[in-house]
Amino acid sequence: MNAVETGMLSVLGAVLGLDVVSFPQAMLSRPLVAATLTGALMGAPERGLILGATLECFALETLPVGASRYPEWGSSSVVGGALVALPGVRGAGALLLAVIVTLSWAWVGGWSMVQLRRLNAVWARSRHEAVARGSRSTVIGLQLYGMTADLVRGALMTALGLLLFVPLVQLALPRWSTPEVPTRGILMALAGIVAAGATHKVFHAISGTRWYMLAGLVIGGTLMGVLG
Amino acid sequence: MTATEATLPLQTRVAILLRMLAIQGAWNYETLVGNGIGFCVEPALRRLPGGVGGQPYREALARQSQYFNSHPYTASVAVGALARAELDGVDPAKIERFRTAMCGPLGSVGDRLVWAAWLPLCALSALLVFALGAGALGTVLTFLISYNVGHLALRIWGINVGWRDGLNVAHALGTPVLRHGPVWLARAGTLVAGVALPLVVQRLVGTERSVQVEVLVAVAVGGVLLTRLHGRVEVWKWSLGVLALFALYSVLR
Repeated sequence: MNAVETGMLSVLGAVLGLDVVSFPQAMLSRPLVAATLTGALMGAPERGLILGATLECFALETLPVGASRYPEWGSSSVVGGALVALPGVRGAGALLLAVIVTLSWAWVGGWSMVQLRRLNAVWARSRHEAVARGSRSTVIGLQLYGMTADLVRGALMTALGLLLFVPLVQLALPRWSTPEVPTRGILMALAGIVAAGATHKVFHAISGTRWYMLAGLVIGGTLMGVLG
Repeated sequence: MTATEATLPLQTRVAILLRMLAIQGAWNYETLVGNGIGFCVEPALRRLPGGVGGQPYREALARQSQYFNSHPYTASVAVGALARAELDGVDPAKIERFRTAMCGPLGSVGDRLVWAAWLPLCALSALLVFALGAGALGTVLTFLISYNVGHLALRIWGINVGWRDGLNVAHALGTPVLRHGPVWLARAGTLVAGVALPLVVQRLVGTERSVQVEVLVAVAVGGVLLTRLHGRVEVWKWSLGVLALFALYSVLR
């Protein structure tokens, strides 16, 4: 991957990293969107989509609730999307490695968001008196500082992720020895288990949801048979 | 200015809405979304006597930029109500009490409606569309359009209802959509999940029937076991560990 591609993807990672919390929280940063966009940008939208759909199954378990620490899917999905879209990279091994990289990097990204929130607190504390005086420029400035820092954070996370993982995946893939079918089977079984568990975790408190799930499974199973 | 005289021009509402998209720009562990509330209310405060820089403007902006906690979307209800209260010249002590009282309910309503219902429903719907054979554009647009129609509608409704009712806005949180919406969205979500999961696995695994069956059995068994744990385990982290071990085995053997 050359410097122009790394730069371009870092800009995309910055924008999608910003979307996670700071602006505009339109869920452009969800892996289904971010990985697909990255794949499309690299000329491989279908591979990006397959990765995005797989990652979305994992992401269903991590909801961005309040002050909790959650994975940062925006910039990490750009890194993962870039890995599966690399020229000559094909197969379930590449997909599985991209999933591992994205999940790990999303967790590191979550840590980086915690650091950013601490930095925001330092800035807010140092400007407390100006805010208490009702300074318009300070209130607006704090928002702009925070968003700019988040943008930079996303760009750095993406660039660093690409620098670390592109060579690593290129080194590992030729040595991949497990055949295509079991590799894909293990990955999809785990993705499916996480998605099923997440669905239960999110919705189980609502009465009657198990019956809706069962009805859905009957419809889904029927469609599987029909479609094939 | 009295309650009946206060108006909020469309231009100001649009400015507030655009700023609402950045309400968490300075989110931190001390004032949480407080500075963001001041940032979003600010376009309305310019209409106070004396305009920008006037004493009422500065006092109101300082008040509104203190600690606040809320879901980022439902915070629009508070922003609309606080803008109305400031322009109506409501007693600052009453505004403070309102701010304190609204934090919990707005956070709870937003979390239940958006994070625990609308977002998973939209994601699962997009996965279903993907599983039925949609391409990259169709899948991504299904998710983004469906999610953001609800997202923006909630923000716009919040600003308008907050402005309309001012500090009496609490009853708006009891509307049928907010009260029963999470229940119906959760039911729709589980129905869609039931339909989507086998089909997603089918598309991702590929055409080999025997592998499809093995994977689906593994998902069913794993899913049932997880229901016994009642959400006490973060399964994605365990899965990451398993995948990492499998990758090491595949590369190093």
